[in-house]
Amino acid sequence: MSNQPVIQINGVKKVYTMGANQVFALRGVDLTVQRGELIAIMGKSGSGKSTLMNVLGCLDVPSDGSYYLDGTRVDGLSKNALADLRNQKLGFVFQGFNLLARTTALENVELPLLYDRSGRKLDTKKLAAESLARVGLGDRLDHQPSELSGGQQQRVAIARALVTKPTLLLADEPTGNLDTRMTIEVMALFQELNDQGITIVLVTHEPEVAQYAKRIVEVRDGRIRRDHPVMNRRDAAADLITYDNTPEDDDAPLVAAVEEAA
Amino acid sequence: MKQSTLFRVASASILKNKMRTLLTMLGIVIGVGAVIVMVAIGNGAQLQIKNQIGSLGTNLIMVMPGSGMMGGVNQGAGSFNKLTVDDAARLKSEGTLFAGVSPVVSARVQAIAQSGNWKTSVNGVSPDFQTIRNWTPSEGAFFSDADVTAGRKVAVLGATVVKNLFPDADPVGAQIQIGKVPFTVVGVMQTKGQNAMGQDQDDIILVPYTTAQNRLSGNVRIGQILISTLTPEDMPAAQDEVTSIMREAHRLDQSEPDDFTVRNQTEITEAMSSTTKVMSGLLAAIASISLVVGGIGIMNIMLVSVTERTREIGIRMAIGARGNDVLTQFLVESIVMSVLGGLVGLAVGYGGAALLGRITGWATSTPASAVAIAVGFSAAVGMFFGYYPARKAAGLNPIQALRYE
Repeated sequence: MSNQPVIQINGVKKVYTMGANQVFALRGVDLTVQRGELIAIMGKSGSGKSTLMNVLGCLDVPSDGSYYLDGTRVDGLSKNALADLRNQKLGFVFQGFNLLARTTALENVELPLLYDRSGRKLDTKKLAAESLARVGLGDRLDHQPSELSGGQQQRVAIARALVTKPTLLLADEPTGNLDTRMTIEVMALFQELNDQGITIVLVTHEPEVAQYAKRIVEVRDGRIRRDHPVMNRRDAAADLITYDNTPEDDDAPLVAAVEEAA
Repeated sequence: MKQSTLFRVASASILKNKMRTLLTMLGIVIGVGAVIVMVAIGNGAQLQIKNQIGSLGTNLIMVMPGSGMMGGVNQGAGSFNKLTVDDAARLKSEGTLFAGVSPVVSARVQAIAQSGNWKTSVNGVSPDFQTIRNWTPSEGAFFSDADVTAGRKVAVLGATVVKNLFPDADPVGAQIQIGKVPFTVVGVMQTKGQNAMGQDQDDIILVPYTTAQNRLSGNVRIGQILISTLTPEDMPAAQDEVTSIMREAHRLDQSEPDDFTVRNQTEITEAMSSTTKVMSGLLAAIASISLVVGGIGIMNIMLVSVTERTREIGIRMAIGARGNDVLTQFLVESIVMSVLGGLVGLAVGYGGAALLGRITGWATSTPASAVAIAVGFSAAVGMFFGYYPARKAAGLNPIQALRYE
């Protein structure tokens, strides 16, 4: 069980029919993700990376090809089965945080547990509080999203993704709405969680962010063009310390700021 | 999702947007409130009509003499009079559904007072007559059972008789002569006016039936027996009871036909029940219109709410909500809102009916069943009008919902 890949897709294609035209979003993708990996999927908009993400996230089904998630064959499953799979095996982190407004951090994190269908008895409040503590927000349980900073909101979202103890954490542009410091902060959290054994796949178009991953997969025109391990992998926790000791300079790009300080 | 969590999720959503919830509920509040006020007014009016018609004698049963043969020739109704005072006494003692029983001995006699004279119908009755006809004296008093037993010469006059015999004087305590017999006037009946046939019901003198038999008609047979039932609904059963008591009293075999006739005022009863039916039909129509309008209000806001919350629905689906979970959540939200609205509307309706009753002086009465109907209907409205928006929400594509701005 534990030695099988978390993700194994072979020849996955996705074709959208728009009127008379057929749009090939994915033209045959093979990808294997092993347990404990931290992968960044990169690509321009229109490259098919979002479609790939949706397929990996069981939000969309491939037109062709096979997809095994943690040993379960996903292609061909019903909508309800996909919903259950998302609930049990996947954790989602989005660019726009996607927290429920006017709902406390604790309730937001509790939400996936409410849709649990396994029939286990869960102390949802306790699990949610633990998950929030894990992302360093143990003291913000009763705060609503509007009372939290962007970085904190994203951490609530990560806590929500983790609360079901998923096999795979999927993050779609998780730092897209965050400033430099918060970006490093969130990436530090991802690295920390990855060190604890959580498999993470994140989509980004920022090369700086991808440098925190262990492996980079580049997608272009619906195909994987490059798939390589990260050389000179950055340590976000260290970068955070460096960043905090750097005089403020809002215009400097992230890597430049960090490198300058180093 | 478990039912308790489902309810929690739905009520959390409802509480999160108090203004929206309030506005949604308003339609149902007004709908149910209007229904309750309508029912209260309608019900009150029905009661009033019932009372008015009741005073005409809807619960009146008349036992008349039967027909008889004389040498093979049927002599027609009343030709074969076997009704006696004993029959009336027996009906009174054995009947269980009767409010009053009175024999009627009638005669047309000239009445003479000092200031005038007048030919009128004299009815010998018992004090039960007051109950049966729902008619009491406005001056003086009716004669008592003791007067009947003793056969005293006392009389109660109808208003028309008073007008003709005592144009100026106070009749109570005065002496009049009925036929050749002197009577003391003990009371004057309230004005009753014309009956349905246009007869003047006030042109009457009432005396104890014993006195009438002995002094005026000189006949042991009595003209008819008047019976009133406790409620109009008892009518059919009471009529059966009259028949069986009478047959027993007259010792009739199963093969023998009735030697009496039992009649009632079915026409009036039917008129009343059809009035009631039209009334409740009208109310039901008004009720359903206002509830439907309230329901459409709910559907409107729920539809807006689904659009407004598209992203929320996307999030819920992404983290594992099935289409059915979303459907149930929206449905429960809509039902909870409409039931709450129904309860508030109930209070508003009760208050409104009481207020309206006080201001206009209309009789209002709210039946207890209105509570169950109001709550039940509002829940049904919530379910019916919440289903379409809920299904729309459940059918959303999670990817598009998540991307929705």
